[in-house]
Amino acid sequence: MFNTTQIKKDFSIFTFSPDLIYLDSTATSLKPKQVIDKITAYYQEYSANIYRGIYDISEKATEEYEKTREAVRLFVNASSSEEVVFTRNTTESINLIMYTLGKQIIHKNDEIAVSIMEHHSNFVPWQILAREKNAKLLIIDIDENGQLDDISKIVTQKTKIFAITYVSNVLGTINPIKKIIKIAKQINPKIIVVVDAAQAAPHIKVDVQDLDCDFLVFSSHKMLGPTGVGVLWGRKILLQKMSPFLYGGEMIQTVSINKTTFKDAPHKFEAGTPHIAGVIGLRASIEYLANIGWENIVLHEKKLIDYALNSFENNFKNKIKILGPRKNHSGIMSFYFDKAHPHDIAQLLNDDNIAVRAGNHCAMPLHNKLNISASVRASFYIYNTFQDVDALVQSLKKAIKIIE
Amino acid sequence: MSIYQEQILDHYKNPRNQGGILKPDKKTIVHNPLCGDSITMYIVFDKNKIKKLTHITTGCVISKASASLLCEYSTKKTKEQLRKLDKGFIIDMLGIKLGPNRVKCALLALEALQKLLI
Repeated sequence: MFNTTQIKKDFSIFTFSPDLIYLDSTATSLKPKQVIDKITAYYQEYSANIYRGIYDISEKATEEYEKTREAVRLFVNASSSEEVVFTRNTTESINLIMYTLGKQIIHKNDEIAVSIMEHHSNFVPWQILAREKNAKLLIIDIDENGQLDDISKIVTQKTKIFAITYVSNVLGTINPIKKIIKIAKQINPKIIVVVDAAQAAPHIKVDVQDLDCDFLVFSSHKMLGPTGVGVLWGRKILLQKMSPFLYGGEMIQTVSINKTTFKDAPHKFEAGTPHIAGVIGLRASIEYLANIGWENIVLHEKKLIDYALNSFENNFKNKIKILGPRKNHSGIMSFYFDKAHPHDIAQLLNDDNIAVRAGNHCAMPLHNKLNISASVRASFYIYNTFQDVDALVQSLKKAIKIIE
Repeated sequence: MSIYQEQILDHYKNPRNQGGILKPDKKTIVHNPLCGDSITMYIVFDKNKIKKLTHITTGCVISKASASLLCEYSTKKTKEQLRKLDKGFIIDMLGIKLGPNRVKCALLALEALQKLLI
């Protein structure tokens, strides 16, 4: 069963800051000691480069690195580990797709579809590509509950790329991504669907075969893993066709003065020495999550968010505006008060050791659509408790009293 | 120490020199797109001196208090005196310690004043 007290013991940050109430896991999660130990072990025991050394510690490093690729394959239920590419983060994964496949297939008057709830990382690259190619960027809107509109109003036979988030990093909306992809592929069987799973991978079971997407991307640091590691999963047939993203060491087969040939995917996309320790650390975070189990994680977060939503509505009534839907809601809650700026709220919460995010959360198009410049966001993860929610509510009451 | 000191909250809740001027010598608008703060500042000169300086500020406590304090301070000062004002002055004027992100809120009013003095 879920034991937050036990879980918190794995997160040494609570030893250093026992009073910390961390409600910003959507920005980045905390890291358990199992992950930190795994990274340290690499640097202390076998810190060699991968692939090239014909000696024990290099072979050990290579093996550990490649074992993570296999762990990620299982994590997203891909059919082959050759479909798993390591990048720096979600943003780089999306840029990789845009710069290689995007530039190759998007031409004048083609259409690219995204939604209004995208994080800038799944919005700006497509906007730039559309502008460069004189293509059209079409935006799927949301309804008043923060749920995605019918995509068939926007996606057409001319839509070549459809980039969509699994879970909104502001509204907390969990998009019915499988259904959406099915509709998109009925409209245009050749459509390339890119799923931004940055806010999904840490919280729900992701299955690329079941979703039938073409690419799925996420970041290690939001799922208990180290910063500086991202994942790009792509269909093998697409990865094979795509040209490399960065050129240089490791990604080549042969180099002569006149010509270079490249390795096959995924290695042709991993130029230069990667974040070896980070990738190895990611495996520890996958194992940590697997030990807790998806059912437990989902249930824990649901209990917390339901408790928080109720508590907010009871305590602040119509003074507060909570963004996003009440159903299909992940452990993310954004809100604002008419008479208090989000920055002041966050600052005053900080005086009570509560860490929340204030601003536009890298989603300016969404905030513009909602007619607000900023919001406060509290997000919950495995180490959060009902007491954290209570403390948040009490501290918010105090903050409003000071400002109003 | 909280940055929400009595003086700051007083200037936030009862901003001095707030409002527009019908026929200002100069007017300017500055924004902080990241948090949506904006200040419209109006100025009337009396030769080399500032006769009247007012502001309309939407934003957080820090940006509003900073605009209020700065407008109050600047009245009757000369252009030369005000051109010398810098980040250090604003922080001393507010009398609080600000992190790198909130400093931007505090400096928005100074940015507006500097534009009026060009």
